[in-house]
Amino acid sequence: MSEPILNIKQLNARVEEKEILHDINLQIHKGETHVLMGPNGAGKSTLGYVLMGNPKYQVTGGSILFKGKDVTEESADKRAKDGMFLSFQEPLEVPGLTVSAFIRNAIQQKKGGYIKLWDFKKELDKNLKFLDMDPSYAERSLNVGFSGGEKKKAEILQLMMLKPNLAILDETDSGLDVDAVRLVSKGVEEYQKDRDGALLIITHSTRILESLHVDYTHVMVNGHIVATGDGSLVDRINEEGYESFVSEAEEVKEP
Amino acid sequence: MKEKTYVEDIDRSMYDFRNEEKDAYKVKEGLTPAIVEQISKEKNDPAWMQLFRLQSLQIYNSMEIPNWGPPIDELNMDQIVTYVRPNTKMSAKWSEVPDDIKDTFERLGIPQAERKSLAGVGAQYDSELVYHNVKAEVAAQGVVYTDLESAMHGEYADMIRTHFMKLVKPNDHKFAALHGAVWSGGSFVYVPPGVSVEIPLQSYFRLNAPGAGQFEHTLIIVDEGADLHFIEGCSAPKYNVANLHAGCVELFVGKNARLRYSTIENWSKNMYNLNTKRAIVEEGGVMEWVSGSFGSHTSYLYPMTILKGKDSRMEFTGITFAGKGQNLDTGAKVVHTGENTSSYINTRSISKDGGISTFRSSVTIGKNAKHSKAAVSCQSLMLDDISRSDTIPAMDIRTKDADVGHEAKIGKISDDAVFYLMSRGISEEDARAMIVSGFADNVSKELPLEYAVEMNNLIRLEMKGSIG
Repeated sequence: MSEPILNIKQLNARVEEKEILHDINLQIHKGETHVLMGPNGAGKSTLGYVLMGNPKYQVTGGSILFKGKDVTEESADKRAKDGMFLSFQEPLEVPGLTVSAFIRNAIQQKKGGYIKLWDFKKELDKNLKFLDMDPSYAERSLNVGFSGGEKKKAEILQLMMLKPNLAILDETDSGLDVDAVRLVSKGVEEYQKDRDGALLIITHSTRILESLHVDYTHVMVNGHIVATGDGSLVDRINEEGYESFVSEAEEVKEP
Repeated sequence: MKEKTYVEDIDRSMYDFRNEEKDAYKVKEGLTPAIVEQISKEKNDPAWMQLFRLQSLQIYNSMEIPNWGPPIDELNMDQIVTYVRPNTKMSAKWSEVPDDIKDTFERLGIPQAERKSLAGVGAQYDSELVYHNVKAEVAAQGVVYTDLESAMHGEYADMIRTHFMKLVKPNDHKFAALHGAVWSGGSFVYVPPGVSVEIPLQSYFRLNAPGAGQFEHTLIIVDEGADLHFIEGCSAPKYNVANLHAGCVELFVGKNARLRYSTIENWSKNMYNLNTKRAIVEEGGVMEWVSGSFGSHTSYLYPMTILKGKDSRMEFTGITFAGKGQNLDTGAKVVHTGENTSSYINTRSISKDGGISTFRSSVTIGKNAKHSKAAVSCQSLMLDDISRSDTIPAMDIRTKDADVGHEAKIGKISDDAVFYLMSRGISEEDARAMIVSGFADNVSKELPLEYAVEMNNLIRLEMKGSIG
């Protein structure tokens, strides 16, 4: 099999003095969709942040290889330029920075050159329409005054515009109504089709998964990946919850 | 672990070039009746003005230095040269301006801006204007834009006499008195009734001589139903002696007239900027201030508006950026005396590298100013732990029938927001600059495009640094 786009080896990480991730191993190949599930506080979002390079979290062991390159020590902007993307669970508000200026700037940084305003606008408008967002969003301050659903759609808009190779979606479906989930899923599907992009979907619900083909499911408990299976694992979790996995985690902890 | 960004001090080289002093004439340092008389004679003042100067000097000597603001003890008036005349006469053609001075303004982009987007330009070098020109079609509308000295002797002599330092009287404070005694240079603008000046007029002030003071006086009268946008820019190279700027701006906004007064101030960091600006607005008139304060060592700057006529309005939009070694005390004042008047003060302040930024607002609503509204909003951003930001609001409301609001917010750049932008491929330095520029959006969106770009460049320069 070809080299994985993301290869996480024995990854350990902490925030402040607290160890959160323990010996995480995970490989994602081009075009694959992985789902990471687990109870609240299991460390799922932490894994997303650590992969993207949030300086608040420190890697204390192991490594992250992205497209064959060790990016463990690289800053977030470099990882993004290499083609990694994280959709935030709680996107930040930046007053005075318009959605349009922000995305254009990000694309220019990534491509390392100027992109024509006309070409950019055309594509932005197309994607706004696809996500059923009013064109006026382009000129609004980034996430300022956006509803929860609008923020998530704006994340997917950035995903569609930036065209990464790996997208990590952190609870992108939480707090959305049915229509919004459908649009967000549509956007994610489009990204996958368009780019043969890889996906790591962090979620605790299964709504976003209904319209996507899931290749692998991982269950995280207390900072350990305690189970990995195919898409059917999602059904087992739906029926049984995390109880049985939690006890497996207890076993892992034993030396 | 990654280290935090270290944000370096501004690269001021684009403003910091200095010319050799080739002034034809300058008075001795310090302040005496003899020096004031000498300036008056040199400037060929009418008799009333000479008297005014000497009276102002007396007031100056009798007043105390303000003790409520940033320290100004290092400013020694005995060492400040109050009058430096450049070695040239005022001209209406750039080609006639001496090369070294012209080069200064070229580098600051003034002649280029004039060609592109201004209705008229005045350029002051040290104490006197070296260039003044107004587009023919604007002059044909009856708009007067000239230096104050020649206006005092011409057709508008009476108008000057009845308005000069009537709004800011010499006894207002010590530095207003100083200004009254030694003022020189500046502009006079008169816009006749009903005339709308479509594109802005601009004055640019450049202080080149070390240890000198600049005391320009700007007097603008916008008559009934007229409309004007006036832009003021200032800069100076850095010397290791203190320079002083104690200008005075008096603005008269007629009935149903509108005046927008925009300033991008970027004095060097040895400058004491003790400037006084004031506007009075008649019935239905509108005063709009847009103010960016980036430079100077110490500033005291609180443009004031008197809403005299009923239904008059004012809006003040400002930003102050205090970096290393800077103590910038800025704000805005408004006095409502007319009925149904409204004011909105909206400011941002940024402090960095130990800079101190203090915002003072003062709102007075008189007993006759019924149904008036005033709102003050101030937001501060501190870029590190060693910088300081204070907000000092004052309100004096004399009628029950008024609607007054105040909000203040102080914050830091959120690390999470920086990471968010970085996760899209934007470098840490750019992410911080984008957040700060966004924070300054209230001002940049009020400025003409070229100036908004200049301001964003200033912010970018201030934010430029290396990543550890």
